[in-house]
Amino acid sequence: MAIPKAKLRASKQEATNEWLAGRAMPAGGAWATAARKEAVERVRALTLPTKRDEYWKYTDPTSLTAAEAPEASLFEITDEGAVFEQIDRVRLVFVDGVFDAAASDDPSLAGVEITRLAEAAGNDIHWAKDYYGVLEAAGQSPVERPLAAFNTAFADDGVLIRATGKAEKPVSLIYERGEKAGDAMLHHVIRVEPGAELTVLENGPAAARFSQVMEVDVADGGRLHHVRAQGRDHERRAVTHLFARLGEESTLKSFTLVANGRLTRNEAVVWLQGENGAAHISGASMGDGEFLGDDTVFVTHSAPHCESRQVFKKVLRGGAVGVFQGKILVEQPAQKTDGYQISQSLLFDERSQFLAKPELEIYADDVQCSHGSTSGEIDPDHLFYMRARGIPQAEAESLLVLAFIAEAIEEIEDETLAEDIRARLSRWLERRRA
Amino acid sequence: MLEINNLHAQLEEDADVKILKGLDLKVEAGKVHAIMGPNGSGKSTLAYVLSGRDGYEVTEGSATLEGNDILDMEPEVRATHGLFLAFQYPVEIPGVGNMTFLREAVNAQRKARGDDEISSADFLKLVREKAKSLKIEPEMLKRAVNTGFSGGEKKRNEILHMAMLEPKMCILDETDSGLDVDAMKLVAEGVNALRTPDRGFLVITHYQRLLNHIKPDVVHIMSDGRIIKTGGPELALEVEENGYADLLGEVA
Repeated sequence: MAIPKAKLRASKQEATNEWLAGRAMPAGGAWATAARKEAVERVRALTLPTKRDEYWKYTDPTSLTAAEAPEASLFEITDEGAVFEQIDRVRLVFVDGVFDAAASDDPSLAGVEITRLAEAAGNDIHWAKDYYGVLEAAGQSPVERPLAAFNTAFADDGVLIRATGKAEKPVSLIYERGEKAGDAMLHHVIRVEPGAELTVLENGPAAARFSQVMEVDVADGGRLHHVRAQGRDHERRAVTHLFARLGEESTLKSFTLVANGRLTRNEAVVWLQGENGAAHISGASMGDGEFLGDDTVFVTHSAPHCESRQVFKKVLRGGAVGVFQGKILVEQPAQKTDGYQISQSLLFDERSQFLAKPELEIYADDVQCSHGSTSGEIDPDHLFYMRARGIPQAEAESLLVLAFIAEAIEEIEDETLAEDIRARLSRWLERRRA
Repeated sequence: MLEINNLHAQLEEDADVKILKGLDLKVEAGKVHAIMGPNGSGKSTLAYVLSGRDGYEVTEGSATLEGNDILDMEPEVRATHGLFLAFQYPVEIPGVGNMTFLREAVNAQRKARGDDEISSADFLKLVREKAKSLKIEPEMLKRAVNTGFSGGEKKRNEILHMAMLEPKMCILDETDSGLDVDAMKLVAEGVNALRTPDRGFLVITHYQRLLNHIKPDVVHIMSDGRIIKTGGPELALEVEENGYADLLGEVA
């Protein structure tokens, strides 16, 4: 028997009020406090997600909204350094969700303006006020994202980065876990000024339960590359949101590697608002056992001649679950849109599953949009051909898995970064055949 | 080199489909043996059973390579013992570069034999040299294995793999299928260049024409899962002139 809607709504409201009760907003100056207050009201209005919500059907949000964060141990690897170690970059380290200046490089070396949210929020005015919580609020429709609003309201650290030219080095956000158990929240804002260019890297286990929002504004002719690796904490719960607004002839390329993790929900909300913009959102995930990797992507084309790509590959074994919910919305003025979306899974066994919801909504009449979603296993003919040439089964499988993922990794523009990601994947596979 | 005795094989999932019914064959080092036979005689099954493809069950008989029983070996172990199958339909593997594949294969075999891996520089030099003699464009080496290759390119690529892996016993399954005369000549030249006193060949073909270019020492006629006649190169010409019907009738 269906529960009446009004009753459901009332119970959601009650749960949300209870969750918000007693939570203190971080102290801050005028702009931050205003933004946070509005965000609290958004959470109250949207209510926390439940499995009954359309976009939470495949991923149960219960552990994300539970009062206490479940425990999560770290996965220590002794024979492999951290990802991006070989990259010349400016390291900004967060321990348990708090910026650690002593462990970080001098931010000025990146050649961009970097301010810590915890500091900037104390001022009464800051450039970030035009973005902080603003893009997140815009991203609440047509799909609700209450956990992002919650982050805007309560996150007390993060970085505000403004690139006015070509950055000298990539900005590398490194998350570490210290003594604190439970939650960490970070909120970043990135503004790429006209013609500027920046690479942002992210890696490291942030917390047992991690919430992160990144609001991005790429102005006309700007370029932002974002490469992220989530791993080394097999039991983590993480929910991240990327909100990105792109101007004319601007580019955003965001790639995420997800390795294990009990629940990882990565949302990306992208608006192409100027002509000839390009947005590539891609990812590879590798799950073994108790794993759920969810990519939920929403790309809106509002201007003509833009290109968007969503490329997601998931390797699932031992009962792992992969989720992809991807949408391309082409508004009426966005003629000559070139939209592409592919989501594919490679299933190693019958217990593993891939749940995909590809969506196209098109109001312009002269567009090119394609989408596809497949689930498959390793082709026995491929395997036999390789083994007949002397390649042992496990190595042949690894080569085939890497081949399967290749299309997603090719979305990473920088070959050194792509190679680093490939090496991670190879090691992940090697560990599973030892 | 390769010795097959009384080999019986059937489909794994349907025991009623018996394909090899007591096949005997002995290929000596340095010799080229050809197996000819009508469609459905079991020629390709023989190639698959020898190389270890899933889907077949050997119920009786044996196959040894230099005295080692190969039927219980995994396909990759057979390969490291020196067995090579040139596929009738070389498999396209999108996403795996031809060079990567070859280097993995060469090194896997070297490793399994206890040799050091080949250096990248030596490998590159070797593969370029061999590719050149097979008129394989460097661009084909960069592409994914067989992906988008023409029929001729695929077969030349098989011979390149063979040349790089330097097997002891080469089985060529319908290597001439889908090739025009020029492509066939090129492939045959590649095979002939590999003929050495310590290497054996088993050339499986439906038509005699390939054997004009790869001259066999011994020709076998296969029918209904067995070798029914063995002779010299003249046997192939007989097939060419009279077809299989006469030969089959003669034996029956």
